[in-house]
Amino acid sequence: MSPRIAAATALRVVWQIRRDPRTILLLVVVPCVLLTLLKYVLTGQEASFQHIAVPMLGLFPLISMFLVTSITMLRERSSGTLERLMTLPLSKLDILVGYALAFGIVSTFQALAISGVGLWLLDVDVTHPVWIVISLAIINALLGMALGLFLSALARTEFQAVQFMPAFIFPQLLLCGLLVARDQMATVLEVVSNALPMTYAYDALERVASPGELGPEVGRDVVVTAGYTLVALGLGALTLRRRTE
Amino acid sequence: MLQSIDVGVRTGSVTGVLGPSGCGKTTLMRAIVGVQIIKSGSVLVLGAPAGDPSLRRRVGYVTQAPSVYGDLTVHENLRYFGRIVGAPGDRIEETLHQVGLEDFAGRIVDGLSSGQRARVSLATAMLGEPEVLVLDEPTVGLDPVLRRDLWRTFHALSERGTTLLISSHVMDEAEACDELILMRDGSILTTGTPEQLRLRTNTQSLGQAFLRLIEEQDAPA
Repeated sequence: MSPRIAAATALRVVWQIRRDPRTILLLVVVPCVLLTLLKYVLTGQEASFQHIAVPMLGLFPLISMFLVTSITMLRERSSGTLERLMTLPLSKLDILVGYALAFGIVSTFQALAISGVGLWLLDVDVTHPVWIVISLAIINALLGMALGLFLSALARTEFQAVQFMPAFIFPQLLLCGLLVARDQMATVLEVVSNALPMTYAYDALERVASPGELGPEVGRDVVVTAGYTLVALGLGALTLRRRTE
Repeated sequence: MLQSIDVGVRTGSVTGVLGPSGCGKTTLMRAIVGVQIIKSGSVLVLGAPAGDPSLRRRVGYVTQAPSVYGDLTVHENLRYFGRIVGAPGDRIEETLHQVGLEDFAGRIVDGLSSGQRARVSLATAMLGEPEVLVLDEPTVGLDPVLRRDLWRTFHALSERGTTLLISSHVMDEAEACDELILMRDGSILTTGTPEQLRLRTNTQSLGQAFLRLIEEQDAPA
């Protein structure tokens, strides 16, 4: 792998996103608006809002990065540029690291915007340092990116890629503990949720949302989430093929 | 699906791969670049098996459909591909000049005509000055003047020692090649210089020569 080529790839992806101001606007503004909406939907139920808001700061970046990455990668495949890259002196890791850097940068802006709105305008109350929340949001975004990169290989059209969100993200949202605490679910569902990456991403956010000392569990959650991210990136690398039929 | 292909290409020559669409030109070129999964047989490029990592710097490939980033400018595309192959910065200007796009460097690729997009794609492959250039129908949709200019560029590259393999389904482009590979239905009809083919078939033009060869092939033995 070559840091120079990975950086060039990251720059290229950032440049592509920059050419699409409406997407940037949607990425940054939509989560902020949704969080605001949540605040007013839950008027008078301050405790519920506090309980959901912090996880949302991480789950929005995860979902939007999943979508944006899978579509960007799909375009790279269908435009023939991926095939061209595969004939050139760059390694698969250069592409993946390049993507990770680019979407890491984009998701940092997104995380800063949504955390800013949440923490300062909507009075989301976090007793722990703000940098922890923002870091978790970026870690979530990177997980979304890695899952998107991997799953984009299974989609042949953009229609299919968009449908992967309800297919792969929604079940994880249902099982991650956001709606019902996992220990109150049927045993089968709890076991399944143990195997899902978003469970750990959510668990870390929920722990940070709760007051009191942060235990080592947050660290474990972060490690597991990062592990899933790396596994998804590795599986993504397997889907980048130098030779095709 | 290609069958019984056995052919060599001389170093530093311009070799044309001619034949109707669907005859296997693209598959042959993909096999040479090493992106095609091949069932049996071997393809050697510059002494190494096709697709060998050592060849990625030495072989340039331009697909039929332009494979560049439509949402970036011409210059941004060249800068990215130039960084991958490690081409020095001044190569971008030089390459843009070679394909006649020097006035379009700042334009977004999606806003260009199909002929211009094809030339951006060609330029990105020329950046690293590969020893072998495999070009799949590089002149489709170009006006005659541009086509002539590009063929001049191809010959200039070959004089500098670049080996070019260029597919086309236009017979008058065949005349501009040093060597020809005529294909039909997934196999090679014949190979030779344009002169040899005309003499062998006793015809005036390569179009006629191609027809004659097909008739001979189809004639009941």
